[in-house]
Amino acid sequence: MFIDKKVLIFGVLAAISSVSAWADNDGDEGREDGFASRAMSFFSHKDGVENVSNQLYNESCGECHFAYQPGLLPSGSWQRLLSSDQLADHFGENAELDEADRKKVLDFVTRYAAEKSDYRISIKIANSVSSSNPPMRITKTRYIDRKHHELSDREVKNNKGVRFLGNCTACHRKAKEGVYEEDTVSIPNFPNWED
Amino acid sequence: MKRNLRVLVASVFVAVLFCGQSFAAGGSAIPEMLKAFEAQGAGNFSADGVKDLWVREFKAKDGKMRSCSTCHGTDLTQSGKHARTGKVIDPMALSVNPERFTKAKKIKKWFKRNCKWAWGRECTAQEKGNFLTYFKGL
Repeated sequence: MFIDKKVLIFGVLAAISSVSAWADNDGDEGREDGFASRAMSFFSHKDGVENVSNQLYNESCGECHFAYQPGLLPSGSWQRLLSSDQLADHFGENAELDEADRKKVLDFVTRYAAEKSDYRISIKIANSVSSSNPPMRITKTRYIDRKHHELSDREVKNNKGVRFLGNCTACHRKAKEGVYEEDTVSIPNFPNWED
Repeated sequence: MKRNLRVLVASVFVAVLFCGQSFAAGGSAIPEMLKAFEAQGAGNFSADGVKDLWVREFKAKDGKMRSCSTCHGTDLTQSGKHARTGKVIDPMALSVNPERFTKAKKIKKWFKRNCKWAWGRECTAQEKGNFLTYFKGL
């Protein structure tokens, strides 16, 4: 009887797995996404990333660039990125904060970091990064990198309306709302682009 | 009746308090900052020469030349543009963008970041006082 139950549970899980693989209609295979990730993102009815807002975060980071949602990186990445040393040389810019603010901002972003989220994109990002060596850029997470690898320099780097891959809002028209779905994408100067 | 009066007095008090706060929030933080710079030994702040300093270029570690005007432009009544991200930077002139100068904390943050970015060092109290005096007069 006990063994039967186990078999039953296994069968149900396998069924869920195949259904979620079929339902994963975001255009590619998602090879590196594990079973857990697939099952979770299938059960999660929350698309995109959680759109949390925090005034101090907006003032500290959002005055120079789009205030990327915390769920676009795992805590490990945020901790590296928001260390005092890194902020003094933030990809060549100075983004220093006083210590009290630095801690508050770090606290905010890690509270809503990718691995703690039940939003689909966050789950996928969290499952695509190495925990021992978390990437410093959202575009260096394997999931985001894979989703954009078909784009050429013509469409991104050399496109005056885009210029760098981290410029989410250039193409993702609803990025500020935490929405990144395909049908909200339009690439400047490429009106006929389709995935 | 007495109770009504008390409520009225309390409401007026709260209203005055809020007005006071909003005035404080909308006021310029420049006088308070200049005082703080004086306390650090600086003084006689002047806008003379700041216009030239604004465009003075320094070579950064990446080999590129940087100045205040790289991002803020030379007409401070106009918007600038972040050199890397392209994000619009609101004007620096107090006359067209007073909101920029309402919080001492924000001014301190940006002096620190931008002096280090453009000039590779923090600005002195005297330099910062001169800059604020310059923005105030534009």
